Parts: sequence; structure tokens; C-alpha cells
Amino acid sequence: METNVKQKEDIIITELKLTANKVRKDIVRMITKAKSGHPGGSLSAADVVTALYFKVMRHNPENPKWEDRDRFILSKGHAAPLLYAVLAESGYFEVKELLTLRKLGSRLQGHPDMKRLPGIEISTGSLGHGLSVGNGMAIAGKLNKRGYRVYILLGDGECQEGQVWEAAMTASHYKLDNVTAILDYNGLQIDGPVKDVMNINPISNKWRAFGWYVIEINGHDFKEIFDSFERVKKLKGKPSIIIAHTTKGKGVSFMENVVDFHGKAPTKEQMVQALKELEENEE
Amino acid sequence: MMSTRDAFGEELVELGRKHKEVVVLDADLSKATKTCWFAKEFPYRFFDMGISEQDMLGTAAGLSLCGKIPVVSTFTIFATAKAFDQIRNTVAYPRLNVKIVATHGGITIGADGASHQPIEHIALMRAIPNMTIIVPADGIETKEALKYAIDIKGPVFIVVGRDPTPVIFSDDYRFDFNHGEMLREGKDVTIIATGIMVEKALRAGKKLGERGINACIVNMHTIKPIDWELIVKVACKTGGIVTAEEHSIIGGLGSAVAEVISENSPVPLKRIGLRDRFGQSGSAEELLREFNLTEEDIIKAAEEVIRRKGSSL
Repeated sequence: METNVKQKEDIIITELKLTANKVRKDIVRMITKAKSGHPGGSLSAADVVTALYFKVMRHNPENPKWEDRDRFILSKGHAAPLLYAVLAESGYFEVKELLTLRKLGSRLQGHPDMKRLPGIEISTGSLGHGLSVGNGMAIAGKLNKRGYRVYILLGDGECQEGQVWEAAMTASHYKLDNVTAILDYNGLQIDGPVKDVMNINPISNKWRAFGWYVIEINGHDFKEIFDSFERVKKLKGKPSIIIAHTTKGKGVSFMENVVDFHGKAPTKEQMVQALKELEENEE
Repeated sequence: MMSTRDAFGEELVELGRKHKEVVVLDADLSKATKTCWFAKEFPYRFFDMGISEQDMLGTAAGLSLCGKIPVVSTFTIFATAKAFDQIRNTVAYPRLNVKIVATHGGITIGADGASHQPIEHIALMRAIPNMTIIVPADGIETKEALKYAIDIKGPVFIVVGRDPTPVIFSDDYRFDFNHGEMLREGKDVTIIATGIMVEKALRAGKKLGERGINACIVNMHTIKPIDWELIVKVACKTGGIVTAEEHSIIGGLGSAVAEVISENSPVPLKRIGLRDRFGQSGSAEELLREFNLTEEDIIKAAEEVIRRKGSSL
């Protein structure tokens, strides 16, 4: 019996790895085509967000406004290519539309625009806003007696924004156990390593001190990702945050841990190289 | 006499009874903004967010996305200046159904001084696409404006004041959002006023009448979208305009009127408002005198505009 469960999980993980790889290839292609965008932080959070959309969250691409759906907020809005890729791969729109990223008239704006694209819960881009919005959705969920959960992806550099901590207080004060934040802790921001630009550590203690349940995981290990999401679903009376230790640019060797790829598009040659590496992953 | 914040607080309770989806958020000023009355009747639909305006606006955005109609209230200076980015990017850009009722909306808050006296709130909100701005002239109009704001979809910014002010309208007054309100017909000059300045404009109009000047008086309760047709009409008819507002002459009603007439029907204009200065402590009456926001200042401006009409011909 137990081996069956284990085998089943292994199959799911294998499938998810393939999907995350597909998402990464989408990200590289679309940013290359757009000639601008943010590959580093899109790639670092790709595994966690793929897990959310393909395993953890209840949602329906056929009915994006389904009232009982779980909500995902990309507070670090510059990782828009990641969100677009998982939405397209989930079936919210056609994958080929990804190549319109950042073009005039495109539904795929440089940062997510909820009025243009189905599946976007809230327009983001200015950092620090997402957790507050998620709290509002979570409060409404409690008022309306609906069982949905709200997931908010934060950047590590984003935690330098004061509003994040205002919102951290609110979630804790109102006991929003239907809120789970995920911190994409890739350690780099535009001006350099987070610890050098403006140190956010000890980050776990900070969240804990604000009344949150904190789990630290390897953000590229699907087993750890699942387990953490399972744990937070059972929590009562306080919000939770999963601090996902990740690698910026994950999956593309020359982008990994390279600050410059925070907000720089790969060249065509680099794209070919990146796609080759990602395809090798699939074998 | 009735303060517009009291009118807001009273009507909010009424609307709370009528609309189950109305929820209220405040940033530790509920006793001053009068949302405390709503909180008392509907404790589970009231959220004190503490002193965190940015988070308050974001939380309201989230509530609105799940079918609630959030009414957010705090002092005008904090609502607009501290939470500007949240209003712009998270509320107005996606055109969310968030109502911001900002109290203590001008220099007449008095003794607290410049840090608490908004002078640029209309300028800030007016520059944001999708935003609707209403500045009621008295308590009756405040209640009407709030009802209207709840009925329409999208972000609305309403400014109310602190001190009791004269009641201008009768109980059967019906707010017409799309049209500025002609309070007095006239042919010599037009005074377009908003908020507490409407009552002063009416008194100025009466005095001008005694001096043989027939002034047209308009209550421009809605600053955005502005009733440009009415502005063009009165500009053509009277040939000169005075604007009056408890706000900087930069970016507020005066600017809005200047923009309309300079593109459509240029006529002499004089703007009554703060002339690019911060406020200071004092009583409301003292401050209105200090910043030239009195009935006498409106009269002088009207006479000046009429003189300029002649010279520009």
C-alpha cells in the first residue's frame, strides 16, 4: 500500500518536473522574443508556481472566475513571464500567445494586467502590494464562508517594502489561516545580493515574530514543496509562509546566480543554448 | 449646520443596512472619520487596519475582488498622499470597486497644521485614469454622493470636511453626478465653486447682485469627470469665470476649469485657492482669511474678471 502511494507521488513529481521544464522553456522563449523582461526571478520560482497550478490549487481554466477557486497573486509582478507560462500551459489561453509578451496591444503586458488576461487575479508590478490584496480576498472568503485559499508569491527583495510588513501584521491580526505566502528566496536583486543591498535576515524570525507559521524548504524539491503546502492547509488560526530557497535563473547554467539576468533578455544564441540545456533535463 | 463627516457617518450606517456587501476599513481614525458608527452596528463588517494606509487600500482591493463593496476612510492627507501608489496601481488601474471617503479634506481642519492639511489631494487623484472625484458642498449632498458612489462600479474618491458647515440643500435634493449644478443664473460673470466654497460663492453672488452684478453660480460637486459642457456654456454666456476651492490652485478645480476653457472657449479666469503654499495652524475662519478663501475674496475676483473682460476686447 505504502509503496503504491510512493510510486504515485513519484509519477506526479516526474510529470511536474516535465511541466516546470516546459514552463522554463516558455519563459526563455518569450523573453528572448520580447527582447526584455525578467528571466532570473521567473526561473527561480518556476517549480513552486508550477506545483501550485498543476497540483496544489483548485482552479478551472474553463471558468477563471469560479467563486470557490483558490487564488494566486504574483506580488513580484516582474515574474509575469512565469505566470503567463503556467496559465497558458494550464489552458487559460493558447501557448502561442506567449510570444506576444510586451508587444503593443498584447494581453501579456510587461507586468500582469487583470483586465486584459483571464487568470490574473490582480494587476501587479509595483512591489509590496500583493499580500495586502491577498489578505482582502482571504477576509472576504471568511465573511462569505467560502473555503478557498489565497497564495501570494513574494520576492526576497520585495520584503524591503514597508507595506509587506503592514500586511504581515494584518494577516496575523485577523488570523487569516487561509493565507499562504511563498517567499522566492533567490538571494539576488537588481543592484546585487540582497544581503549587501539591504539585508532582510533573519527573515524567518521576522515572519515568525509577526505571528506567522514559517516553513523553510528547498524551492526546487517537489517533495518538499508538496509537503509544505499540505502542512499549511491544515493550520488553524494563523497565516503561513513558505520560505522557498531557490536559485535565481534556475535551469539555465549561464543565468544561475547571475545578477545581470534579473532583468535582461537572453540573446538568440543564448536562447538556443538555454533551450538545449533545458531539453537535456527532460531526458 | 452639519459637518459633512457626520453626514457621511450617518449615511454609511444607512447604506450598510441596505447593502449587505458594504464593508468599511479605517486606519485608526474611526472616531474622527465617523466610521465608528458603522463599526458599532456592523462589527463584523468593519476592519480597523491600524495606522497603515497602504495596506488598507490593498486589503480593500482584495475585498472588492471577492464581491464586497469596501468603503475606505481616513484623513484626506493620508488617504491620497501615503497610499497614492496603492490607489493608482492596485485600485484605479484595474478599476476596482473601492470607495475612498477622505475626511478632514482641507485647511479648515485648523489647529493640526500643515502636516494634516491637504492642499493637493484633488490634483493627485485627478491625474489618475479611471478615478471619479466628488467634493460635496454640504451634508445633504454628501449623503447623496455616497449613495451614488455605492451604486456605481469602479473607484470613487469623495472628500468631506471636519467642521460643521451650513446646509445649502433641502432634504429632497437629488444629486446629479453627470452635471454641475447651476445654483443661480447670471450673465456678467460665473463663479464655479466646490465643497465648502459653494456656500461662500452663493453669499458672494448675493452681494454682487446688490452691487448690480449678475453672477452665475455653479456647484461643481464632481471634479472628475468634469462637466465641461456646462463650463463652456457659462464661459460663452458670461464671458468670465472665477473658481473657488479649498485646495491649491495647482491641479484642482481651478486647473480643471482652466484646461476646459483654454481648449474650448478662452475667457478671463481667476482662481481662488491656496496659491502654492502649505497650510498652518489656526482656526478655520482665521485660515480662510489668511489664504484668501472668503466671500470677500470671491467678490474681488469676480470684479477683477469683469474688468478684464472689458480690457481683453
